[in-house]
Amino acid sequence: MGTVPSALKHCLSYQHLLKEQPWIGELVPPPQPGQESQTSGLPEYIKIVEVGPRDGLQNEKVIVPTDIKIELINRLSKTGLSAIEVTSFVSSKWVPQMADHKEVMRGIERHPGVRYPVLTPNLQGFHSAIAAGATEISVFGAASESFSKMNINCSIEESIEKFEEVVKSARNMNIPVSKRLYSMGCYEISLGDTIGVGTPGSMKRMLEAVMKEIPLSALAVHCHDTYGQALANILTAIQMGVAVVDSSVAGLGGCPYAKGATGNVATEDVIYMLNGLGINTGVNLYRVMEAGSFICTALNKKTNSKVAQASFNSGTIN
Amino acid sequence: MAAARRLLPRWAGSLRPVRGGGGPGSGNWDGDRGQGPRTGRGTGTGTGTGDRDGNRPRPAPLTPARLCPQISAAAAGALPPRVKVVEVGPRDGLQNEQSIVPTPVKIGLIDMLSGTGLQVIEATSFVSPRWVPQMADHTEVMQGINKLPGVSYPVLTPNLKGFQAAVAAGAKEVSIFGAASELFTKKNINCSIEESLERFSEVMSAARAASIPVRGYVSCVLGCPYEGKISAAKVAEVSKKMYSMGCYEISLGDTIGIGTPGSMREMLTAVMKEVPVGALAVHCHDTYGQALANILVALQMGVSVVDASVAGLGGCPYAKGASGNVATEDLVYMLNGLGIHTGVDLQKLMDTGTFICNALNRRTNSKVSQASCRL
Repeated sequence: MGTVPSALKHCLSYQHLLKEQPWIGELVPPPQPGQESQTSGLPEYIKIVEVGPRDGLQNEKVIVPTDIKIELINRLSKTGLSAIEVTSFVSSKWVPQMADHKEVMRGIERHPGVRYPVLTPNLQGFHSAIAAGATEISVFGAASESFSKMNINCSIEESIEKFEEVVKSARNMNIPVSKRLYSMGCYEISLGDTIGVGTPGSMKRMLEAVMKEIPLSALAVHCHDTYGQALANILTAIQMGVAVVDSSVAGLGGCPYAKGATGNVATEDVIYMLNGLGINTGVNLYRVMEAGSFICTALNKKTNSKVAQASFNSGTIN
Repeated sequence: MAAARRLLPRWAGSLRPVRGGGGPGSGNWDGDRGQGPRTGRGTGTGTGTGDRDGNRPRPAPLTPARLCPQISAAAAGALPPRVKVVEVGPRDGLQNEQSIVPTPVKIGLIDMLSGTGLQVIEATSFVSPRWVPQMADHTEVMQGINKLPGVSYPVLTPNLKGFQAAVAAGAKEVSIFGAASELFTKKNINCSIEESLERFSEVMSAARAASIPVRGYVSCVLGCPYEGKISAAKVAEVSKKMYSMGCYEISLGDTIGIGTPGSMREMLTAVMKEVPVGALAVHCHDTYGQALANILVALQMGVSVVDASVAGLGGCPYAKGASGNVATEDLVYMLNGLGIHTGVDLQKLMDTGTFICNALNRRTNSKVSQASCRL
């Protein structure tokens, strides 16, 4: 804005910003008594579900070596995240990126207090996941028949029947089932804007309808940033009381339906917003940025996180 | 729940009561989350804004506004039915692009923008070419563009000399800018905030004499690259001064994009005690990806004028490689989804973005354009 002589242009690294303006990376301090609360009406705590290693990498073109995946997950385990979606027990024919699901599952460090759910599209995948040491699983349906048909070659009803088998087996083994299909016994339903077309208007309408059927505490939002709307949509959701948000470190994972477009919202950008709202996530933003920098270097790509871009010269830590 | 009276801009019609929102329907949710009842309503009063023919608005009887204290309560439906989008691409956008854009391309850009339905397009800046080489062709641009009736083409005028040159070149509206940060002002134009406003008072007097409306910008409203945190009270103080000097509208700029919905709300709450909401605009940078969320909060608080830049032109001069202005396409996409009228044709806007990105040989910063395969 205004006139900026070129002599003024210089780079501010995140370290510089943190040194001079420590409030940037930190949680905003809780309001003093008598002060207006920034967050009255908003959840005090929001759980971030990190989907980068699964949803993110699944949508990256480059096949990532197993040891890099394990290192990424180990780094994410140290950020304060309480849920990290690790891999997908799906046929490697369909999703080559996830072919090393067993090795990843067995290779990662399991930090106390951190959950490591895996995707299991069918009973076979489920058994394989359990054998590899999984203690939490996810199943997924779609709200669109065509999508279900194109994606997994069956109707929504048929897909749910398949998942019922999975869910039954899991419950028999006393394993908490993550996400989707609440009435079947899923403890949490993550509502995904798969192509990122939603806006705060449609998010509000959708949530109002869902909240009539499912308790707020069982809901999560999984917003894609394909049209740049993710943070505004997430804000709308948390204003309505949703307290679980899915995101992907460095915004990993493009959109398979719009070539060149972005997909998942970046965990860094979500945490930055939540910090600014004074909402507790338990997650250290700087450590997430470091993990993001690590995986972007490994993938030889620029981060999709604007916070990371603004904080480092080229999205990688100096 | 008390009804909220909220100021609407002049072009949207006369004041009408707007029901303040409560939270969404409650249910017997899990009490462990500790969510209290989300009722809430706000009241606000204000008076009309200035208009474009230069009439100074009546001094507002500034009734203290008890605004909705809860971001969540504001969410439930208290959005403006119309939003005026102020397109700053040709000036703020291009000014922060590395390559110098030829004059015919600038003119082509502005003419295409004129065809999209935008009501306000900031055309250029009458500043010394020594400081801002990109804007050296300000007179040619001003004289070369096709000025559509009903569309305003404000230009930046940092001083009286610039103002006179602007008027001579045919400008019918000008902008001046202050900042909420002393250090930023010192480094930018080598004087204090107070001194900068004194300089602008010359421009204000001349503008008044010539019946030319003046828009005021306040920079660094949510943070400064030099000072760090900026107090909301300071922003309110500078905004009030510029409004009292005669600016018909105050555009509040998050110059380094560092703000979040939390700081946006805090800042607007303070400013709205001094300046009527109908005279306020937000100018959000997307450097940290927060722009649309910040704009949403501003809309929820009654702001109905939003600045944006086609294709998200203009990087951030303070964070190398980072983005700057929010993309007009992404803003219009969100407003369309909210059912808010802008009068802007998104397809034509995307076409314009494609045009200028080709000319600049760069990728668009607009995600909507990227998703629509207009890389």
